[in-house]
Amino acid sequence: MTGFLIIAVLVLFAVAVWQMKGIFQMSQINKSDDSQIANDKDNRFNGKLMIWFLVFFYVFLIYGFWKWTSVLLPEAASEHGQDIDLLMLISMVLIMFVLVITQFLLHYFAFKYHGKKGQKAVFFADNDKLEFIWTIIPVIVLAGLIIYGLFTWTDIMNVSEDEDTLVVELYAKQFTWEARYSGQDNTLGEANVRFVEGMNTVGIDASDPYSTDDVVTRELRLPVGKKVLFKMRSQDVLHSAYMPHFRAQMNTVPGMITQFAFTPTITTAEMRQNPEMIAKVENINQLRNDKNVELTAKGEETLEPYEFDYLLLCNKICGASHYNMQMKIIVETQEDFDAWMAEQTTFGETLNP
Amino acid sequence: MSTEAHNHTADHHDDHGHHHKDTFITKYIFSIDHKMISKQYLITGLFMGIIGIAMSILFRLQLAWPDKQFTVYEIFLGKWGAEGIMDPNVYLALVTIHGTIMVFFVLTAGLSGTFSNLLIPLQIGARDMASGFLNMVSYWLFFLSSIIMVMSLFVEAGPAAAGWTIYPPLSALPQAMPGSGAGMTLWLVSMAIFIASSLLGSLNYIVTVINLRTKGMSMTRLPLTIWAFFVTAIIGVVSFPVLFSAALMLIMDRSFGTSFFLSDIYIAGEVLHNQGGSPVLFEHLFWFLGHPEVYIVLLPALGITSEIIATNSRKPIFGYRAMVASILAIAFLSTIVWGHHMFVSGMNPFLGSVFTFTTLLIAIPSAVKAFNYITTLWKGNLQLNPAMLFSIGLVSTFISGGLTGIILGDSALDINVHDTYFVVAHFHLVMGISALYGLFAGVYHWFPRMFGRMMNKNLGYIHFWVTVIGAYGIFFPMHFIGMAGLPRRYYTNTAFPYFDDLANINVVITIFAIITAAVQLVFLYNFIASIFYGKKAPQNPWKSNTLEWTAPVKHIHGNWPGPIPQVYRWSYDYSKLNKAGDDYVIAGQDFVPQNIPLQEDEEEMNH
Ligand code: HEM
Ligand SMILES: [Cu+2]
Ligand SMILES: [Cu+2]
Repeated sequence: MTGFLIIAVLVLFAVAVWQMKGIFQMSQINKSDDSQIANDKDNRFNGKLMIWFLVFFYVFLIYGFWKWTSVLLPEAASEHGQDIDLLMLISMVLIMFVLVITQFLLHYFAFKYHGKKGQKAVFFADNDKLEFIWTIIPVIVLAGLIIYGLFTWTDIMNVSEDEDTLVVELYAKQFTWEARYSGQDNTLGEANVRFVEGMNTVGIDASDPYSTDDVVTRELRLPVGKKVLFKMRSQDVLHSAYMPHFRAQMNTVPGMITQFAFTPTITTAEMRQNPEMIAKVENINQLRNDKNVELTAKGEETLEPYEFDYLLLCNKICGASHYNMQMKIIVETQEDFDAWMAEQTTFGETLNP
Repeated sequence: MSTEAHNHTADHHDDHGHHHKDTFITKYIFSIDHKMISKQYLITGLFMGIIGIAMSILFRLQLAWPDKQFTVYEIFLGKWGAEGIMDPNVYLALVTIHGTIMVFFVLTAGLSGTFSNLLIPLQIGARDMASGFLNMVSYWLFFLSSIIMVMSLFVEAGPAAAGWTIYPPLSALPQAMPGSGAGMTLWLVSMAIFIASSLLGSLNYIVTVINLRTKGMSMTRLPLTIWAFFVTAIIGVVSFPVLFSAALMLIMDRSFGTSFFLSDIYIAGEVLHNQGGSPVLFEHLFWFLGHPEVYIVLLPALGITSEIIATNSRKPIFGYRAMVASILAIAFLSTIVWGHHMFVSGMNPFLGSVFTFTTLLIAIPSAVKAFNYITTLWKGNLQLNPAMLFSIGLVSTFISGGLTGIILGDSALDINVHDTYFVVAHFHLVMGISALYGLFAGVYHWFPRMFGRMMNKNLGYIHFWVTVIGAYGIFFPMHFIGMAGLPRRYYTNTAFPYFDDLANINVVITIFAIITAAVQLVFLYNFIASIFYGKKAPQNPWKSNTLEWTAPVKHIHGNWPGPIPQVYRWSYDYSKLNKAGDDYVIAGQDFVPQNIPLQEDEEEMNH
């Protein structure tokens, strides 16, 4: 069967090659002028298409912003996230402004000056003043952006730790996350992968007194309004702790502790009440319902309704299940957080139940 | 042509007689003629391009319809596509090999290799490359590395799948993913050979441009193509060896138990002995090449575009000196911005600040280039040949892709879009699609020079218009899903109901991808058919000034039958008027080739 198929394909291919000459000659539509060099007619036609392309470009741009803004991330749920969003907005507006103008000039000129017999191009090789202007304008604008960006960046990355900071370790491995809270003493016990064994999944050094009250969990809960300092480790390959709603990301690197800090400002419950979020979740559930109709028809398991939760995703390629390496994040009030924390078993209790 | 100048001074190359007989093998296979080698590069590159683009269609199908079964998976992927379901490892493998092939094999070798080889000797007025033999070796090493890369697709455990950036430990440990076994070994071997090939090629280009310019061809009279190829070769020589050393260290870590990049690892139930290495070190080494690589891919495309836009606008390129200066500035800056790929890698945040600064600096020469292109069109007499259209397309994608670089280069903003589809959208537009347009523009423009025949222009127009719309159709929506927080290199997004509302956008992207890929067949057909049946080309179809069009259509060893043409002017005297201003310098002809001496009533431009 396959043999037959191969022969059939080969024969068809041979026929196609044989036919090529004919097809090719037919595609030379313009018989009178077959120089294959653009003539006035081609120039006019393609010049017009330039304008149509410009229209397509703008329409697509507007359509995109109109239709797809709803899928973007909601307002930042962290303190520094608001600075990032503002900087993003400024950069975006600037970019769009430049984009719209330059694309217009480019395509409009391509249309306006399309070649015609007898039209003379202007010999215009240099103009120091013009070039100076369009060098200096980007310099000034970019200087502004750089300075603003660097202040924001330094603010975010230079974490000053005080006794009020909650220290949490994020521990990555193929393909799950774990969190370790530092407990009463607010100090994480020493750890190394060489201690990984049985219940001690994140390799805590049991001989370190600071480790006894550490708490290891499979979901990440954070009290609202309190600064969290994440200390990150990985036991096998690179991963990246990506928390898009908090505008936070840092790679986890085996052999090294990386860190990132932020202050969550919106609880999960509050975010669920955000009108944008309500609309988004409704839309998602609508889509899931549509899918369920299909699935039921096929007699397959249906999808559960979706409810919003903050996410921690892995954002550095790490293997087959990279696409599903996630952890739920819950931001809640200090009281709820304390109550939850009180229920957890400490590392000391895990070792000596 | 109304005026032909042939008053040449003697040149030591002129006695370069080639009277030996060519056999089939020395002519078509182990050729040392730069024109043949350039064709070999082009055809190998296009072949690899077909593989790379086909792969992108396969994984785009998976992303758009993750819960559907496709028999094409089974046909192309065999056991990894059993029952029409794609294996997650093979998804990553496809993405990895797609990226590797497109960046290195198509756009480094296929683009720069083809046109550097074709144009350097022809445009500077040399009989051939400085060393034809090394040039041949360079091609055959490239060929060998292509074969090994393709072979790696067939190893038992699957090809390399750690991303084209092959970050260890993932790429170092077969326990971490099957592709990091024999597949990764072949990937590394293939790339090591590729680097050797690239270095030989680059050294040859540099030496040729420095030493073999014809009489009168001062550096400031060089066409911008040559400037671009020359500087590209220099960047390659500076940065590729660093990738080579990184690959070497990775090979040692993998096979000889060293710990350059490995430390404190617990995998598959045991602790590895490695201690003290750092994956971040690998990232530094990789991106020390990786970022310049972007410009290795892009600069030749920009050089080609400069030449094509000037010729087809019938105008000099605007701001020649600024263009050269910006090529040099980009080249220099490109070697000190690599850290913008590593803002959240765990490196010191202060370094992040430095790299933000240098990265945003590089936007300045890039902006100058874009403005100069646009100004070149202004008040021109644009001949909208397919090559010209693709050049305009390049300027368009270079701008729209480059602008988002301002966001990614800003460390504070990169935190949230790093490694999302926003990045994928950015680099595809600014380097992938732009360079690809440069490649197409080059092929349409120099096809008559390479094959002595014309490509069909109407098929070229179809190819162009569908491609430009398709490319924006693919990559513009990707910005949105990236800003929605969707990570790249995900096999499917169904594990996150939060991303369910992106599914439709992914379908749109895939449909555009399929259409765009399909229309490349029109190009392929046009290319192949024109080689055999295209209309015979005149010597100088585009009325261009550069020297390659003074050589006869029929290829001969040594390029020019007589003495090498001498150069009297820069290559951009299009539509230049005589002193009186009542006609062109040469009456009735709007271009003055470089080998024409200054006319009586002409002033030389100050270059
Ligand atoms: C039909 C055209 C193309 C389509 C539809 C396409 C699509 C894609 C997609 C969807 C990804 C995966 C993104 C991810 O999951 O991270 C990707 C990766 C990539 N593509 Fe393309 N691409 C195309 C052409 C090109 C070209 C011309 C280049 C040349 C530079 C290129 C270079 C890359 C690279 C370097 C990667 C990253 C691979 C990695 O993550 O390791 N692609 N492409
Ligand atoms: Cu991961
Ligand atoms: Cu870069």
